[in-house]
Amino acid sequence: MPLPTPFHRRTSALCQSQEWREWSGYLSAITYAPTHDIEYSAIRNAAGLIDISPLYKYEIHGADALALLNRIMTREIGRCKIGQVIYSPWCDDDGKIIDEGTIARLHNDSFRVTAADPNLRWFQDCGYGMHVEVRDVSAELAALALQGPNSRGILKTISPESDWDALKYYRLLKTEIGGIPVTVSRTGYTGDLGYELWIPAAHAEVVWDEIINAGRDYGLLPAGLAALDIVRLEAALRLIEVDYISAHRAINRAEEYSPYDLGLGWTVPRDKINFVGWRRLRREQQHGSSKRFVGLEVDWLALRKLFMRADLPPQVAGRTSRLGVPIYGNGIQIGQATSMTFSPTLKKYIAIGTVNRPHGLVGSEVEVEITVEYERKRAPARIVKTPFYSPKRKRA
Amino acid sequence: MSPIYDAIVIGAGHNGLVTAAFLARAGNRVLVLERRENIGGAAGTEEIYPGFYFNTGAHNAGLFRTEIIKALDLDLDFIEGPAILTALKTDGPALTIWRDPTETAHELRDLSSADADAYIEFSEYVSRLVEVLDGMMLQTPPDLSNLKIRALFPWLKLALKVRRMGRRGMMELMRVLPMSITDLLDNWFESDLLKGALGTRGIIGTMQGPRASGTALMYFYGLLGSIGNGVQALRFMRGGMGRLPAALASVAKHHGAVIQTGAGVERILIDQGVARGVALASGEEIRATTIVSSAEPRHTLFELVGAHHLPVRIVRRLKNLRLRGSTARVNLALRAMPRFTGIADDSGRLSGHILVAPSLDYLEHAYDDAKYGKISAQPTLDILIPTILDPSLAPDGRHVMTINVQYAPYDLRDGDWDQQKEILGERVMQLLAKYAPGIRDLVLHKQVITPLDLERDFGMTEGSIFHGQMAMDQMLFMRPVAGMSGYQTPIENLFLCGAGTHPGGGVTGAPGYNAAREILRLQR
Repeated sequence: MPLPTPFHRRTSALCQSQEWREWSGYLSAITYAPTHDIEYSAIRNAAGLIDISPLYKYEIHGADALALLNRIMTREIGRCKIGQVIYSPWCDDDGKIIDEGTIARLHNDSFRVTAADPNLRWFQDCGYGMHVEVRDVSAELAALALQGPNSRGILKTISPESDWDALKYYRLLKTEIGGIPVTVSRTGYTGDLGYELWIPAAHAEVVWDEIINAGRDYGLLPAGLAALDIVRLEAALRLIEVDYISAHRAINRAEEYSPYDLGLGWTVPRDKINFVGWRRLRREQQHGSSKRFVGLEVDWLALRKLFMRADLPPQVAGRTSRLGVPIYGNGIQIGQATSMTFSPTLKKYIAIGTVNRPHGLVGSEVEVEITVEYERKRAPARIVKTPFYSPKRKRA
Repeated sequence: MSPIYDAIVIGAGHNGLVTAAFLARAGNRVLVLERRENIGGAAGTEEIYPGFYFNTGAHNAGLFRTEIIKALDLDLDFIEGPAILTALKTDGPALTIWRDPTETAHELRDLSSADADAYIEFSEYVSRLVEVLDGMMLQTPPDLSNLKIRALFPWLKLALKVRRMGRRGMMELMRVLPMSITDLLDNWFESDLLKGALGTRGIIGTMQGPRASGTALMYFYGLLGSIGNGVQALRFMRGGMGRLPAALASVAKHHGAVIQTGAGVERILIDQGVARGVALASGEEIRATTIVSSAEPRHTLFELVGAHHLPVRIVRRLKNLRLRGSTARVNLALRAMPRFTGIADDSGRLSGHILVAPSLDYLEHAYDDAKYGKISAQPTLDILIPTILDPSLAPDGRHVMTINVQYAPYDLRDGDWDQQKEILGERVMQLLAKYAPGIRDLVLHKQVITPLDLERDFGMTEGSIFHGQMAMDQMLFMRPVAGMSGYQTPIENLFLCGAGTHPGGGVTGAPGYNAAREILRLQR
């Protein structure tokens, strides 16, 4: 039985659809409205409020906190100043990704890490013998994602004393909302202007109410996981267990992904040593990786034609499809599309996935499998640059 | 600065010295660094009381591999008594397993004629199994996570031996290896005294009772290279166990090795994942291209290297390595030979192990206390009086007595070992006095060695005399831990050569020998 999040009394009252999903042991709304599209539109055109409390959150304190994070993360964490946030994947000893998340530097020797999967034991074992404490604060800390072009306006309204215009992308700000101390990071999983709020769980509802009340003038809607799944795909953000498998769960080699396999080569500095998996990654950097992370745009006219032959209008995934389907190059399978959706903003059928190198260069023509009236067909598609959608306001 | 030494060996115990001797013989400039003032480690002999020489750890030199003795041309003087072990009873005659099978059968017949017959068969049965298993001692276990066919070739001989056992023999091998020593002995015998005595050989140095799975394997392991009449034979070094490391040291020195005592290694110097040398407690740093540690693997890799230099999977496995010391020792300097109950005339009965282990239940009860962190209320005692065969170890007419006491768990539930030391000593004396009345009046000096002392004085982490429990999941390619069984470590140029590596504990020299072979192979 999934647990309620600290916002559950609020979210359950709003959840008209009664569509819930289990997320890391918590009950999460898939949509609040009867369908998700209005929530999607809110995120892209006004603002959406997403309960992301089920994320795993860890605090790392102590004299060796930076040393530990540098051992765990592929990126150089020393670059992260106090009040800054940095994104990084982390790998196992073989340089295969375990998970990815953001690392916020709260103080000199104090960091907060988000993760999609439980990582306490991993972090602690990485820090064995170091002067450092790793604490799982997942339950103590409620979290909200306030995302969309109007998100800043809402924050200005509820916390006018803070300088929101000065809060840059991937920076932190400590403020009070309704008298509750809240840490706000300008981060998100939507590829849009947005913020994530880290709130003491006991006072979570106060903050929720403040935001919802102020949000009325800004077109704010609570948004569920279905809308989030579309915006993250437009931003070409990977989802663990969908677009890749954690090295901790992989059963065979084919299921393991290095940062290079997932288009995250930029997170592995060439001059950094002594982090977990660094030797293997160094070798992979020199000799090349086997997979390539790709974005796909399905040829709409060709797709329509396939459906028309069956006397059908084109049918596409309304939400994000997480069923992996084969990608073909010159008639042979070269990989798989792992997340696929129709982007309402771009009006395109898009997907992300992985293909075997040397396939998958941007601009190359491939085919993806689609099903038309129970029959498997191949629709032409093109490898395109990701993200598919990245408005300037995200960083501005 | 170019290194003056090719190889530094950490620890001058017998395994460290074997490695040093072979490396030096092959032309390496070798430096052996020993923290203690004496070499030998737990295979040494020291004057604990004026004129009385005690073995610091092991007594059985018979385990030492003859292959090494031959290869290094060691001149060793072994002595054996007629008895392998004698099991004491307070209310009846003691039982002796003699080296001679006929004599043993004769002796057993008074106890149980069924056991007398069975023992002859058992002795042969054990010999067959041991002969097969012996093939693993001087091999490097293959790394199953990264298996190379070449690594399997040396094991073909063993595989063939197993195959030659035939279908029934192989089945039997598979059946008995994971067994408990209790089940194994119950399969064969009915007499409690006999089973209790043999049962002690399955639990030595392990934090397990005789009913635990895998203790039968411990029994067989103890017989590899040192088989007596169905049980581990006992062979002393004349002049004490310390003569063995002395002989090894002299060979190593002859080939140019330098042995420095009072030189404790504090840290292994690591640069970009490569071992470059060591730092001593004195602050001195010494560089070498090969570093070999005979110290316990977890201590080597966590304390001397630092866990943050290691792959996380190795950290995890080492963290979970079961050390769990279970053994304490009481050394007694005696003014005269004690008398034991149930032994009318000595006639050589006391020349081997003298055991207080009247039944398997007695052993299991002793373990019951220990598994909850208590010293056994009724511990099992394994007594040796080496002066019976080698009077040179004590002044005329005097004797040294060593008592191995089990169970003395390293992790005590109440109090600590510094508090419990005297309690343990007194408990042993009380128990001993039941089997050797009047012994208290003979004691000139008593020394109690707790598991904590073993850790502090001999670097045996948690007092584990084998540098890690000998158990099925900590043997072969899983010793010390899976992924690190080939004497190499995740740190380039850093090797292990101690009892924590395959094949394991006991004064076999095999880990040191195998490690040297691997190091020399990589040098080629």
